[in-house]
This record gives sequence, C-alpha cells and structure tokens, in this order.
Amino acid sequence: MPAKVEEIIFSAIIERGELMREEQLLEMIERYLNGEMTNEERAKFDALRSKDASINDKLAEHKSFTGLLKQFSDRLALENRLNAIHNEIDVHTLKEDLMSHPSIIVQLWRNHHSKISVAASIAIFAILCTLYFTGDLTNKDPRFVELKREVGKLKQSTESLNRSQKNLIHDIKNDKKMTNPGNFSGTGFALSSNGYIVTNYHVVNGADSVYVQNADGESFHTKVIYTEPQYDIAILEINDPAFKNLGAVPYGFKRAKSDLGEDVFTLGFPGDDIKFGPGALTANTGFRGDTTEYEVYIPVNQGNSGGPLIDEKGNVIGVITGKQTQTSGAAFAVKSNYLLKTIQNIPADSLSKTLNMNTKNTLAGLSRPQQIKKMRNYVFMVKVYNQ
Amino acid sequence: MNKQIEVELPADSEVIIGILNNSDSVLKRLYLAYFPMVLQLVLNNSGSEDDAKDIYQEAIIVLYNKVKSGDFELSSKLKTYIYSICRRLWLKRLKQLNRYGGDIKDFQEYLPVEDELEKHHEKDEQLNKMADALSLLGEPCKTIMEDFYMHSKSMQDICERFGYTNADNAKTQKYKCLQRLKKLFFQL
Repeated sequence: MPAKVEEIIFSAIIERGELMREEQLLEMIERYLNGEMTNEERAKFDALRSKDASINDKLAEHKSFTGLLKQFSDRLALENRLNAIHNEIDVHTLKEDLMSHPSIIVQLWRNHHSKISVAASIAIFAILCTLYFTGDLTNKDPRFVELKREVGKLKQSTESLNRSQKNLIHDIKNDKKMTNPGNFSGTGFALSSNGYIVTNYHVVNGADSVYVQNADGESFHTKVIYTEPQYDIAILEINDPAFKNLGAVPYGFKRAKSDLGEDVFTLGFPGDDIKFGPGALTANTGFRGDTTEYEVYIPVNQGNSGGPLIDEKGNVIGVITGKQTQTSGAAFAVKSNYLLKTIQNIPADSLSKTLNMNTKNTLAGLSRPQQIKKMRNYVFMVKVYNQ
Repeated sequence: MNKQIEVELPADSEVIIGILNNSDSVLKRLYLAYFPMVLQLVLNNSGSEDDAKDIYQEAIIVLYNKVKSGDFELSSKLKTYIYSICRRLWLKRLKQLNRYGGDIKDFQEYLPVEDELEKHHEKDEQLNKMADALSLLGEPCKTIMEDFYMHSKSMQDICERFGYTNADNAKTQKYKCLQRLKKLFFQL
C-alpha cells in the first residue's frame, strides 16, 4: 500500500506545479534522512538521486542546515548546563581569595596607564608652553628690572605728528638740530677729561648708534669701545668733532670696599633733566646675593641705569644697574673695583687716546649742592638708537 | 599571589570519557576545577568576574566540541590546554576593547592555540547567525522550527500544540517556515 502511495507522489512530482514539488521533495528528503523510508522507497529515492543531481544538492544543503539547527540547540543546552554549574560557585569569595590586593593607585595605573600617560604629556606640554609664553623660561627674573628708559614709540609718533609742517620748515631755516629722543636712554658718567664714559652694558646692548647728551643739552656721538657683560659695564668714547675737553674730573674712584650705612647719592637722567637721588648703602651683596654688587636704598627709575653711585666724600663707589621690583627702594650698583677691573681689561688698541683715571678728588669737604654743581657736567644722558 | 585553590582535580582521561558520555557530574567537576585559574588570569589582566565567566565557558565549549568531534588528542595537560585557550580568547577580547596594554600577566605555561580557535570562531559565527535568524523569524514559525528541528518533536505533537486539524496543513506551514528561516539565515 505505501509503495502505491509513493508511486503516486513520484509521478506527482513530475506532473504537478513547482511549489508542490518542492514541498513533497523536502518531505521525502526528511524521511530519507531520518531513516523513515522502507527499503523499497529508499532504493527508488537513491535511483532518483543518481538521476537528478539537483535533488542530491538539495539533500546535502538540507542536511547541513538542519544539522546547524541541531548544533545550535546543543550549544544552547550546553550553555544552560554551564550556567547552572556556574551559579553554584561563590564567585565573590573566590575573587577575594584570588585577587592580589594592590593599592588603589597601582590598580588605577594598571587599568588606565595609557590614558594617564597621554594626560601627563599634555599637561607637561601645556606647562612648558605657558612658561615659554610668560617668559619664565628665560633667565630673566621678573623681580629685577634694568633701568634703561624705553621711550615710548607712541610718544615719539604723537610728537612728530604735533610738529606741523610749518614748524618743521621753520626749524630747518633756523638751522636748529632736531633732537630725536632715541629708542632707549640711560645714564653715563665721565671716566676721564678726554671723553671716556662708563654706562651699563644693558643700556647700549644691541645699539646701532649711541649718543651722549650733557646737562646743557649738547649731544655727542660716541663709540662703544669695550663691554663687560658679566658686570653689566660698557665703556664709551666720545668721537664727535664738536667735543672739547671736559676738564679735570672732580670725583675719584674708590678701590676699597665701602661700609654699610654710608650716605650715598646718584645723579641720573630718568627724565630729560638731570636728577639727584639720595640714599644709603644697605648691603654688600646685590640681587640674589651677587657679590659684584651693592644693594642701596635709593630712589631710582628707568633711565638711572649707568649712573654713578657716589659716597659723601665724592668718590665713585659703584654704577647703578637695576632695582628689585618687589621691594620698593632697593636698587643695585656694580662695585667700583669691578669698574676699575673692567677698565684694566680694555685692550690697548681699543683706546685711541690715553685713559687717565682721575686720582685727585676735588669734591671732598664740599657741601652736597656744591658737589652736584661740580659734577653735573660729567654726567650724561646716554641715548641709544636701534632699529 | 599564585594561590592554589583547594579543588579536587579530575583526571584528564576521566574528563574526556565523561564528555563523550554526556556526564553531568564530570562536566561539573571539570568546570569547578579550572574556573579559579581562569578567574585569576582575567581579574589580573583588567577584566571582571563576568568577563572570566564568558571566557571560561567559551573555552569549555571549545574543548567539549573538540572532544565530541573525536579529534581531540591530549598532547598536554588539560589544564594547560584550557589556560591557553582562555589566554588567547582574553587577549582577543582585550584588543577588541582597546584595553590591551601590550603585555599580559601570566600564571601558567601556555601553548599556541590559534588554529583551533579559528575553527571555533567560524562555527560560532554560524551559530550566532542562526540565533539571529531565529529571533527574526517570529511566531509561530520560531516555535515550530525549534520543536521540530531542535527538540526533535514529532509532527503529531506540533499539530496538537498549534491546533492544526489537518497534518497536511501543519506540514505546509512547517515547509513555509523553513524556507523563510533559510532565507533569513542566508541574508544575514
């Protein structure tokens, strides 16, 4: 009886529509694979398989697909078994036993060390950038200012604007020399009657040309003949044809060390006019314990750089160099024996004239105003031009 | 650091035979025996206990399938084999999570097991695809497929469960479901 049915199906496969055929075929394949066919049916199906290769392919495909479904089912079952076993384990206690307990920092480092490294590099980079742009990376200490006067470009431009063209023409007609205030200015003072002048190295550093102007307003061109950057000293020589001998320098140069508490004063050009600054010697070391300098309590401003520091007998004991920004009144001056050392260091061929240092002090015993009156012609404003 | 946890270790050959015989008790002893080792590995290499569970179960499945397929040769200690598989799996996971810092802290010696895992991953991918296809299939097809092909239930049971009056209707339904499942599977 079943054989009869099968025969009908086989013929149906050949005769009927596509859908029917596929469905019937699949059922046969399943029965074949599950071993539900009788020997007779099996033989017939085998014959069909060998005749039609597409049936064979379908069989293989169906076998692997249902096989995969079965494997999936097995996998789920196995996972359930494993989960059931896992749930019996007291994982927490086990974890406590197993974990080495490094400190929280070590754990953080282990888990996040790459992130931490990146963050640290960025931080270091940012700090370096900040330091660079704020100028803290340079050797300059912000608490120390050099006292050269920076003449504002603004002032210069407004001044020249204010001068009307008419005035200019007038000036030219009257052959009046136009005075340019210069880019920077400081103070200098004469070493000898023939035009050697000392000022600060930082005043003339980088200068294109340097002029000195005396208290009467006369300017002379000078040449920087020697500098000693470590003491912040520069020696200038007036090489202007208009320059005539200054006459004997009234003050002397003190070789020995001066004592704390001595009354001292300075003359300088913080503005356009000469200015007197009284003070006292307060320490034997300068900024950050610099032994080449004195600390003096004296009112100084930008422009005082290079001015003489004079004791009450009229001896030069130092050259004003700078002041401390955080303590008001504290200024610094290079000791005079370093000035003398510098003068000795000048190579002989740099000197076109002999540099005879004055040894005779004509100021001793005079009152302060008289001292200043005698000195004022020997103190100069140093005007520096650069581009 | 390298604490020994007191668990009775089953003999390696016992485990192999137990797996072949579908023994629940052997599977349990196997699982309990080596879990602490893997937990230690994962916890000390920036993982959690859940990571350890995933990794360890995957390794057991690898071993289980290999034994079942009949080509498992015990060339080293079972402990070393499981450790190597877990180590490899965890390294791979760490790389996926971008947490791999370049070195791993080891607690055991290990073997190269890349080839074995490659086969496992292929199979795994297929099974995951099947899971996805089944979940997309929808009811009642999903249950019919599961009952018939996965749980090997008879058409009779399925007819009763879904209230088909006619076995032919059920067969047609099953056929249509299977075609849809295949389509979904091969589209993924």
